[in-house]
Amino acid sequence: MTSPAPAPSPKLPVSLAANPVLSSWVRFSSDGHVTVSPGKVEIGQGIVTALAQIAADELDVDIGRIRMVRASTAGSPNEGVTSGSLSVQQSGRAIRHACAEIRQIFLAAASDRLGVGCDALEINDGTISGPGNVRTSFWELADEILLDREATPGATPKSSAQRTLAGSSVQRLDIPDKVFGHPRFIHDQALPGMLHGRVLRSELSAAKLTGMNEDGARGVADLVAIVHDGNFAGVVSETEGGAEAALKALRKDAAWSSAETLPDESGLADWLKAQPAESTVIDRRTAAATVARHRTIRRQYTRPYLAHASIAPSCAMAQWSGDRVHVWTHSQGVYFLRADLALVLKLPLENITVEHMEGAGCYGHNAADDVALDAVLLAKAAPGRPVRVQWSRADEMSHAPFGAAMAIEIEADLDLQGEIVDWRHSIWGNGHTARPGRAAQPALLAATELANPFPRMISTNPPQANGGGSDRNSVPLYDFPSWQIQCHRLLTMPVRTSALRTLGAQGNVFAIESFLDELAAERGEDPVAFRLRHLRDERAKDVIRSVAVRANWKPSRRAGIGHGLGFARYKNTGAYCAVVAEIEGAEDISVKRLTLAVDVGEAINPDGVINQIEGGAIQATSWVLKEQVRFDKARITSNSWTDYPILRFSEVPQVAIELIQRPDFEPLGAGEAAHGPVTAAIANAVFDALGVRVRNLPITRERLIAAMELTS
Amino acid sequence: MPRIVFRLNGVETEIDADPDSSLLAILRGPLGMTGAHFGCGANECGACNVIVGDHAVAACDTPLWSVADKDVTTIEGLGNPQRPHPLQRAFIAEQALQCGYCVPGILMSAAALLMQNAKPSEAEVRSALDRNLCRCGSHNRMVRAVLRAAAEMATP
Repeated sequence: MTSPAPAPSPKLPVSLAANPVLSSWVRFSSDGHVTVSPGKVEIGQGIVTALAQIAADELDVDIGRIRMVRASTAGSPNEGVTSGSLSVQQSGRAIRHACAEIRQIFLAAASDRLGVGCDALEINDGTISGPGNVRTSFWELADEILLDREATPGATPKSSAQRTLAGSSVQRLDIPDKVFGHPRFIHDQALPGMLHGRVLRSELSAAKLTGMNEDGARGVADLVAIVHDGNFAGVVSETEGGAEAALKALRKDAAWSSAETLPDESGLADWLKAQPAESTVIDRRTAAATVARHRTIRRQYTRPYLAHASIAPSCAMAQWSGDRVHVWTHSQGVYFLRADLALVLKLPLENITVEHMEGAGCYGHNAADDVALDAVLLAKAAPGRPVRVQWSRADEMSHAPFGAAMAIEIEADLDLQGEIVDWRHSIWGNGHTARPGRAAQPALLAATELANPFPRMISTNPPQANGGGSDRNSVPLYDFPSWQIQCHRLLTMPVRTSALRTLGAQGNVFAIESFLDELAAERGEDPVAFRLRHLRDERAKDVIRSVAVRANWKPSRRAGIGHGLGFARYKNTGAYCAVVAEIEGAEDISVKRLTLAVDVGEAINPDGVINQIEGGAIQATSWVLKEQVRFDKARITSNSWTDYPILRFSEVPQVAIELIQRPDFEPLGAGEAAHGPVTAAIANAVFDALGVRVRNLPITRERLIAAMELTS
Repeated sequence: MPRIVFRLNGVETEIDADPDSSLLAILRGPLGMTGAHFGCGANECGACNVIVGDHAVAACDTPLWSVADKDVTTIEGLGNPQRPHPLQRAFIAEQALQCGYCVPGILMSAAALLMQNAKPSEAEVRSALDRNLCRCGSHNRMVRAVLRAAAEMATP
């Protein structure tokens, strides 16, 4: 394969174009440090380290000199939300480009000072030197160079061969703190004078607070305030224990009424298909010539609502000072959260500062933003003092948004030889995003609970240009002669949904790759050969060939063991990933081994990429084998780890990853590439082992039995 | 308030508190030791695991009175950057985490395992960590790190 030659960027990277002032990204101090300020945030994916690598590489300074700044609306570039596996693509490109230009600016200044042409100068760990032993440094020049200027499109970053750090597995900067238990998470912060808040929420969905007796809570020691505004209620206490005790008292004396009916969990696909919906044709391909259809095969696949189920309950801190409020949050988008807070509080943006602090992995839009508004509302009752609010495990598992349930129907027309001549893919489900900061109404939970409530935001889907939502990965990568892809986005939303890792891609890839496997099996054709025959993209073929080699495809048959293949290019524009799953079992499926081949273009930190892919593969295994949000007519019932089990150490498969390095291609995010292919590979391996197609996730014993009954 | 006395990371510690308080609330609140993390409050996730005597327990489900006169070890007492425990060194060497919120609890479960079984098999490590949840999918790296630490500790 030929590599494209590095060329000057014709235009600025998108994040840099939106935030062109160089000093908003990078600043130098005379004491020998470089401060790098990305708009993206650390959510356990190692982005801060990868971005530091990029900056250190482009500037020729030791990575130990880089100080990474946490995003804040007080000064960070606005890079929207940290999501969609775009951080390295967006922030990384912006920082690389900005640093390339800054390097040129410093070289020009050094050239003036030293009387040596730029071409004769070299930079080594920030020291700029030239012939005749003349030298200066970034640190010496820092005060005289003004970076408060806009980036220009002309700067040329280094070629891949000139980089020394990108492409190497630098150890993550945040890991030592985390293994020594140093307070790094928002949960572990103690601000001077900090109070503790708790919010009272019913287990009923969208419940109305019909009565609340405050007497019990008022008698609890350390109480500072009880807040009650419509259906929103909470307590503020001098101590965390006091807040818990006051909440318990308040809960005991609160009366609620149910305001919403949840769908019938056992008939979810029918319910999804019966709801009022906005229908959109996502993509259509028309065949050059019509081929006679011999027969049509139709299959339906479903996935349940999935919980983000962060290991940490969501947490935030807020502190009012007059009509200004400072918020500490583990939100994925500090500017977007600020916009929503401004809507709820009816305050100008400049009165609100939102600062990021690390939380546990969130895997999408969980309750991080919701709890920030909770903290802001409770902190109002204690002006001047910071209030820390933390959700309970039960609230985290039942009131945070979920990943949307999906019903997907695929129909294929086959010709006389069994070749696919037309392909129709239809999706029913709620939209996959109701993130804050995008609409004229807030997306935050408490905003719907106030005495003057905002309506609950109905989830929408990002446009296809951004990878789509329900429709993410629904357009086939396979070269079928014609197709039509349709999306039916629900206009009702009794179960609250928003962005969960991969949005609709996991469901769509599961459906497409399962269906292809069915068609290949029916033809008696090898699934690897069948896919390769329908693909034109060489990088796609490469990951499939690589995984086939690495997994010794296809291993010889053994009783009770099955092997399955899955493939996707995330969002059709991101990372390529192919997976072979090996499973064992008859009633309870256990995934023994996952072999993956991945192409993320330039891997800035290969070990970081492997860590993300491996984590994604294991999380997807958990989704496939165990996870579904449970509910009855009135409430989410899976509100503990017992009722929402996830994969445990003894159940985790071995994972082997082949990383195909392409240093001359744009770096692509790795965090969401594995989920869809792993899901499909496991389902296909179950068929290989048992001859049973499970088309409704998760693949539990009950679902297997149901699928067997359907087969027999 | 009654006074409870125990040894916290080797230091004699006295605390005047409700004996029914959870050990986790006492550690994180009045004692300001935030290494043990709150995850569920119901002994279901392991994020708050600490070692009492030589067993890993969920601090959220351990009443203060039950540790009276006992040895309690938290992540802060396991090691520090100057004198890291082999497990902490191994977790760094293997880059054995993503978000890291579950890690203190997992390190304490692993440390308790190595106190009782210096040469665990991979299956024994997985079994010892089975009550600890990790949502990021870093399990295999963590298992490798525990085995690495065990090997290092076995080398004289």
